[in-house]
Amino acid sequence: MAQLTLKNIKKSFGDTSVLHGISLDVMDGEFISLVGQSGCGKSTLLRIIAGLEQPDSGDVLIDGKSMLDAAPKDRNIAMVFQDYALYPHMSVGENMAMPLVMAKLPLYARLPVMRRITPAGRNAQPEIRAGVEKVAKQLRIDHLLDRKPAQLSGGQRQRVALGRALVRDPQTFLMDEPLSNLDAKLRVQVRTEITELHASSGLTFVYVTHDQVEAMTMSSRVALLQTGRLLQVGTPNDLFADPDTLDVAQFIGSPEINITVGESQNGQVIIGETALPIALNTTGPIQIGIRPETICIPNVSGLVAAHRAAHGHTLKFEKRLVEDLGPEILIHGAFAHAPENIVRIRAQKSDTYSGVDTFAQGNTLDVKLNLNQLLFFGADGQRLRPDFSTAKRAETV
Amino acid sequence: MADISSPSSVPTWFDRIKPKSFGRFVTTVLLFIGAWIMVFPFIWMISSSLKPTDEVYDADFSLIPRTFKGFENYYAVIFDQPYLIFLMNSMIVCTGILVIQLLTAIPAAYALAKLKFRGSTILFGTVIAAITIPINVTSIPLYIGLVRVGLLDTYFAMMFPFIVSVFAIFLFRQFFRSFPDSIIQAARVDGFSEIEIILRLILPAAVPAIAAFSVFSFVAHWNDLYWPLIVVQSQDKMTATLSMMQYQSMFDTDYGLTYASATVVTAPMVIAFLFARRLFIRGITMTGVKG
Amino acid sequence: MAVSKLQRAQTRLAYLLILPATLLILAIYIIPIIFVFLGSLTDYTLVRDDYAFVGFENYQKMFEDEAFANALNNTFFYALMFLPGAFIISLVIAIAIQEQKQFRSVLEVLYFLPVTSTLAAMALVWSALMDSGQGVINNTLQTLGLARVNWFGNEDVVLVSLAIISLWSVIGFNMVLFLAGLTAIPKNLYEAAAVDGADHPLDKFFRVTWPMLGPTAMFVAVTSSITAFKLFDTVAILTQGGPDRASEVFLYLAFLEGFEYFNMGYSAALSLFFLGIILLFALVQALFSDRNVQY
Repeated sequence: MAQLTLKNIKKSFGDTSVLHGISLDVMDGEFISLVGQSGCGKSTLLRIIAGLEQPDSGDVLIDGKSMLDAAPKDRNIAMVFQDYALYPHMSVGENMAMPLVMAKLPLYARLPVMRRITPAGRNAQPEIRAGVEKVAKQLRIDHLLDRKPAQLSGGQRQRVALGRALVRDPQTFLMDEPLSNLDAKLRVQVRTEITELHASSGLTFVYVTHDQVEAMTMSSRVALLQTGRLLQVGTPNDLFADPDTLDVAQFIGSPEINITVGESQNGQVIIGETALPIALNTTGPIQIGIRPETICIPNVSGLVAAHRAAHGHTLKFEKRLVEDLGPEILIHGAFAHAPENIVRIRAQKSDTYSGVDTFAQGNTLDVKLNLNQLLFFGADGQRLRPDFSTAKRAETV
Repeated sequence: MADISSPSSVPTWFDRIKPKSFGRFVTTVLLFIGAWIMVFPFIWMISSSLKPTDEVYDADFSLIPRTFKGFENYYAVIFDQPYLIFLMNSMIVCTGILVIQLLTAIPAAYALAKLKFRGSTILFGTVIAAITIPINVTSIPLYIGLVRVGLLDTYFAMMFPFIVSVFAIFLFRQFFRSFPDSIIQAARVDGFSEIEIILRLILPAAVPAIAAFSVFSFVAHWNDLYWPLIVVQSQDKMTATLSMMQYQSMFDTDYGLTYASATVVTAPMVIAFLFARRLFIRGITMTGVKG
Repeated sequence: MAVSKLQRAQTRLAYLLILPATLLILAIYIIPIIFVFLGSLTDYTLVRDDYAFVGFENYQKMFEDEAFANALNNTFFYALMFLPGAFIISLVIAIAIQEQKQFRSVLEVLYFLPVTSTLAAMALVWSALMDSGQGVINNTLQTLGLARVNWFGNEDVVLVSLAIISLWSVIGFNMVLFLAGLTAIPKNLYEAAAVDGADHPLDKFFRVTWPMLGPTAMFVAVTSSITAFKLFDTVAILTQGGPDRASEVFLYLAFLEGFEYFNMGYSAALSLFFLGIILLFALVQALFSDRNVQY
């Protein structure tokens, strides 16, 4: 059982403040991702949890006990490092045995040679071997135990690093960008394996990544960090569909969310010439976030207009460039009212898609927005949530 | 005492004292004691160079001279004895060696690193093999050769065995090899001649390696005793280091004077080190060889 | 197929570039080595013009020569004292300095200072410090209640004295090499070790530091061994092989035979023996450095 609590963690290196007071509760058995751009402090936070760094202030609690004075080995954690940090001079088996050797043998028996000649060292040997072999089988690396890390492929090294973490039988699993050194194909495969490992072990996972796709696909909850602050914590869907700030909306989702300008006045949102019946609790210029996949193009045959919503609102769109992604296309262009803001639309092909000819009728398209899927942000980047009772009424008019 | 964490107070030095940092404190003290031992000979030397003879071996040793004879001693070393000539000889020999070493090694290293020609493997193999051969092995034929052509006791004789540094060729070749071929090809497309490529692209990029090697070469030959001892016969070709031989049996010598001259001989390299510390350290780690 | 014009121009340039170096390598290394070998087969001396080929007589003489045995003995005894110190002290200091924060560069400078100094000059200082009568070291020993030592006059001690001076001059050099090796060890290995439970200094040293330092350690061991065999300056200045040839080390003997007694043929044989030893060390290093693990 491992419940992890971070209380107002602050950390600076010299004059640069890296973490500005992070508080976070991680439930037992949860898979939580710390995600953010490089330099946001996510790795530092993970290292503080591991005990490799001391916070300047704040507390790290595991199962309610403060861990600040506990050495990394006493925190019941295991860690997978970004470049795996395998001991290059040891075989795979020795690498994986390391945590067990440290835990089972007294200091004198760990010194060179002593492990082979002292009774304590020899007695622990079978147990250590059994522990390593069990995990090696589980990860399907039992045929590699005699090799050196240098003789392994990237994916195999990755597994050895996982294995070394697993043999300790930890309560909490910390991972620092474990997939970043793998090629794209392997990454997807290992992603699934880690998710399965989490499901089967039931352990608490804290996973650091800069890749929002990894974070979204693997985690039960995502904690988004920016410049040392926690922007939002929530399920992947919360962060995608209901972001608290513009920064969150922009970080999550690929391609990035479209932002266009508008104005809120008298219970309406004005985008260019169009007035949308949405009442926001503010007056003045606002920013409107529109996910590329929520814009639909109703009048072009060859594209699926899945949400051909009856109550969509039509805007004029200038198409500039079309990218074929296989099952989908990505249309780059801009709304007529704000030609300088690039807008991307992701549309699914239908059976009748016919390449370039699809857009034979010209570059100006009518596109429809689903009002329920628009995200509004104030000038400060904070989310403005429409008063739905008013909005609903307006739509039916 | 170790873990008083008062929530409001700013941590002071007192709060930071933990058992771990106490151990570190002890190590620091021990390291400084060791450093004192390393530096003490220099301090003793400078101190003695400022003393009259009878005080150098005074049973009651003190670092500060009771009778200050520093001016007399250094004046005598520099103006009454030919130390300016010794220092100049050392300068001439070391500079000459370094310049010719660079002039011969850099072109050869570039050819070995970036150009294709028959015999390059043999040449490179010879270079590697020659690195292991110290001057002490070839000194006899070199000496006899110099005797035969009547060039003993000349600057040429003092420099000759060192004017090609196989080690420099090896070092620069490794360095040049890491220079991207694509840039060289781009320069050729842009119309650079090979010579221009060496002078305008390779050399500027090789400055760190050249600097490191220069330090290594200069120090090694400044401090060399063996070869000057063999080929130098007259006092007007004597190097600073070789001049130390005249004190080898120290009966009836002026000790203050002896240590003043020792200071003068060793000072140039030590001062140069203090000013270009990083260059020296990089020189060692890059070349990994002692003179 | 004609070789392209560019290719031919390049080849010509290459020959031009290597010409000076090649000629000099011939003159300074290849030809002298051949002559050392040929000379070692003669009874050539500089004082007579006629000489005869004597086959391997010089080598035979070498192994019967009591002076040669004495010099080898002295050199090995000296190396036995010098090498462990040159290795262990440097390593311990490097590890201790590596962990220092604010004093690191000061200490680095202080320990390195002897390396750049002129050993011939500093040898004079050491001879004064080690003076049997009024030297600072003996006075200090006496203050501490220990016996005074006749550093250079005692046959049994003189090599120890020389080893101490050599240690003083070489520790900073080896320390810098070790520091470079230590800095190159990835920090995250220590972190992985800490998570794995290896956070005791001894565990850190034996599990991470020492194995990762392998190539550096090998390099230091080999260069120090060669340095030990090259002991010359301090002997030439301080002891001239004495007392009673107790400090007549190998290189000094070769120097005496060649340039004092002018027994060029015999000295050439000694030189080749010396080269053989150095090649042996180089071979050991090459064999081991191939095995170092990198990834």
